[in-house]
Amino acid sequence: MSRAPSNILDRPLGGRGRGSNSSTEAAVSQSAFAYLYSELVQYHQSRVASISELERRLESSGYGIGLKVLELLSYRSKESKRETRLMNVLQFVSANVWKSLFGKPADSLERSIDHADEFMIVDYEPLTSTYVSVPSDLGQLSVDAFLSGIVAGVLDGAGFSARVTAHSVTLEEGETSYGSSNSSLPPRRDKAVFLVKFSPEVLKRDTGLER
Amino acid sequence: MSSSQVLLFVIVGKNEPLYEAEFHKSGSAGSSDSVTRQNYFVLHSALDLVEKAAWTTNQMYLKVVDKVNQQQVSTFLTAGNIKFMLLHGGRSEDSIKNFFNDVYELYVKLSMNPFYRYDTPITSKSFDSRVRAVARRYLA
Repeated sequence: MSRAPSNILDRPLGGRGRGSNSSTEAAVSQSAFAYLYSELVQYHQSRVASISELERRLESSGYGIGLKVLELLSYRSKESKRETRLMNVLQFVSANVWKSLFGKPADSLERSIDHADEFMIVDYEPLTSTYVSVPSDLGQLSVDAFLSGIVAGVLDGAGFSARVTAHSVTLEEGETSYGSSNSSLPPRRDKAVFLVKFSPEVLKRDTGLER
Repeated sequence: MSSSQVLLFVIVGKNEPLYEAEFHKSGSAGSSDSVTRQNYFVLHSALDLVEKAAWTTNQMYLKVVDKVNQQQVSTFLTAGNIKFMLLHGGRSEDSIKNFFNDVYELYVKLSMNPFYRYDTPITSKSFDSRVRAVARRYLA
């Protein structure tokens, strides 16, 4: 028994004019995603010779998603507005994008003191690395490179080209991840920090707009 | 004058046009070659003005960006900075706005296709027929 494939242009997009009701949005089980993601990582791992190459491949896997997420979320937000200012687009990423992908906004958005063009988005429980353990011989690898690819896609699409990298930073004394949703796993000892470094022309344009 | 009977709609990405369509008013004869080329020229020369206007406002609908002779170029910018441009001989703001909104919805649905890469030419025939149906509904 098969039904005729429906054209993607006919299917509803949801959100606009109907109010966002999360129970009507399609949901995927977390274990299905974790399984799929682990297979994705293993696929790339078997084809590369270095850690940075693996991170680059994960980033490019996420890049296309970022572009589509940008268009979809802007469409669904009902107001026809684009982001033209740097702080606004970062707010959009850390609040809206995170909320729609992970169900909660990012844990914090910070500006670097040393460099005016660097910002950090912090997430205590990134979905991609929750179910992945990195062996010691792969050292600095962060599988959240997939998420940094998504962020880079959103920023590039909006016209703010940036280099986004993911780092695992050990939690400081007193910092705890808020009641982790999965208590069967040992508590995480590190948080994911996404470092966003904008291209110089983006900063120039943004300061020009300030006047 | 055939210029007001022909509407030219172009979707422009970062480097190249992604989609082009001409809408002829029903009943009029197709325009000659030179008029068509001039239409494309007018529309593409308005791109500089669109770039300039893009960063001054955070609206998606940019209204009329350029006026040449009797023709006007209206533009709509998506969140990913894809430009929808319409060359017309004077249509009501409302009908153009509705046209752009419907094409925007079609464009977002098209980009949900995992096999469609952002900023590449749009070759889908069903997208083409749907855009023409939207144009017939709002602009004819």
